[in-house]
Amino acid sequence: MHPFEYVRATSVDEAIAALAKHGERARPLAGGTDVLVMARAGRWELDALVDIKHIPETNVLELGSSEFRLGSAVACYRVYEDEQVAAKFPGLVDSASIIGGVQIQSRAGLGGNLCNASPSGDGICPLIVHTTTCVIAGPNGTREVAAEDFCTGPGRSVLEDGEFLIEMKMPMPQKGFGAAYERFTPRNEMDIAVAGVASSVQLDGDTIVSARVALAAVGPTPILSSAGDFLAGKEATAENISAAAQAASGDASPISDMRGTAEQRIHLVGVLTRRTLERAVERARENN
Amino acid sequence: MVEKIRVRATLNGEPVDFLVAPYVSLLDTLRDELGLTGTKEGCNDGNCGACTVNLDGRIVDSCCVLGAEIDGSAVETIEGMAEPGKLHPLQQAFLEEAALQCGICTPGFLISAKALLDAEPHPSEDRIRFWLAGNLCRCTGYDKIVKAVQKAAESA
Ligand SMILES: Cc1cc2nc3c(=O)[nH]c(=O)nc-3n(C[C@H](O)[C@H](O)[C@H](O)COP(=O)(O)OP(=O)(O)OC[C@H]3O[C@@H](n4cnc5c(N)ncnc54)[C@H](O)[C@@H]3O)c2cc1C
Ligand code: FES
Ligand code: FES
Repeated sequence: MHPFEYVRATSVDEAIAALAKHGERARPLAGGTDVLVMARAGRWELDALVDIKHIPETNVLELGSSEFRLGSAVACYRVYEDEQVAAKFPGLVDSASIIGGVQIQSRAGLGGNLCNASPSGDGICPLIVHTTTCVIAGPNGTREVAAEDFCTGPGRSVLEDGEFLIEMKMPMPQKGFGAAYERFTPRNEMDIAVAGVASSVQLDGDTIVSARVALAAVGPTPILSSAGDFLAGKEATAENISAAAQAASGDASPISDMRGTAEQRIHLVGVLTRRTLERAVERARENN
Repeated sequence: MVEKIRVRATLNGEPVDFLVAPYVSLLDTLRDELGLTGTKEGCNDGNCGACTVNLDGRIVDSCCVLGAEIDGSAVETIEGMAEPGKLHPLQQAFLEEAALQCGICTPGFLISAKALLDAEPHPSEDRIRFWLAGNLCRCTGYDKIVKAVQKAAESA
């Protein structure tokens, strides 16, 4: 492994300065479950890792009246062990509780998952269907990017040199909101998604006021599917959900690799869209 | 040349103060700098759990943590598990149930299982299997490990 420095940043400004100093030869370090493994595998030659998990802003986990703030360094276990967060955001729990095993969940977070920008990242699609805004800090100040626009290619994101993710903000679920995530893997735990789908719905009675469906591992980035728009204004019936699942399959543009063929992945997207929409509707009804 | 970093932490209840190169994993720090070779390396990439240690009350893969990251933290390794002259009930149960063959996975399983039983003294079999999903064993086929954890839970 290329010898790198370790910088423990304790403020946003310190982190920006350390990242800017080394440019593309520095990376933020959150849980380290991707970045340390990849640095060791020689994926990058790094001069510095900037530890961003000792900054107060990256550690917020706060349910407000209108907004939920999730710091970029909050580890998965904090999401599912916080009873209030878990009750309000079961769709996030669906992903936080399947990223690796218990050891990985002690360190890895949804922020690191998003910044890693893997098309198969289990944390990204749930953030997208919660209409998440990503708050990014950098040498030129702070900017906000929608979660669905964050990833730009496999392992690539909108982050420029010197920038890092501070936190993710999402609207507090209102009455009649529900979300769910499910992936397909050959093994139950500790495996990488062959395909994954997150869905959310806002119900008014039996009508879907709005919906979001996001697809993992079936394109170079997570995909915000047209299935959500298709459902808007329609009744939450089995027929409409089936039609939405078909639309989602149509939006997938997977490759064939050792984990699965493109054909299988397209099929899986349909199945997982149906299942996650059904679960989201169920949760929305419970949340009334 | 990158300079070594000074780290002050608590290791198995004792204060430690040492220098470590910033890019060295906690696993290598324990084994090579601190002489605690009970923690094992299997895959060195977060998959096998052989390197599991307890960091501030949570189990982690020490190959996915930097030694420099533990400054200010408390770490527990397998060396801290038994009391002098007396095995921990989990260690005793692993022996009695023959829950190991080559033994390379054992320290990791013991640290993981201890964290589970500390938090949930009477977990179901499903819960034990789920909790231990981040620990791999190439020898035993897992059943004996799960039985040993159940036995330790009963004896407590
Ligand atoms: C055994 C094992 C199993 C795994 N299983 C899964 C799985 O089931 N599903 C899954 O999706 N992933 C899985 N992963 C991958 C990894 O654990 C996740 O992607 C995790 O969410 C990454 O979070 P982290 O905090 O550890 O990120 P880190 O490794 O710290 O960082 C990941 C990347 O994001 C960058 N980064 C981190 N924080 C920021 C920030 N605030 N701003 C800007 N950039 C940042 C880093 O520089 C790095 O490039 C697994 C990994 C291992 C080792
Ligand atoms: S050696 Fe750390 S998980 Fe395998
Ligand atoms: S006893 Fe050999 S790997 Fe578990």
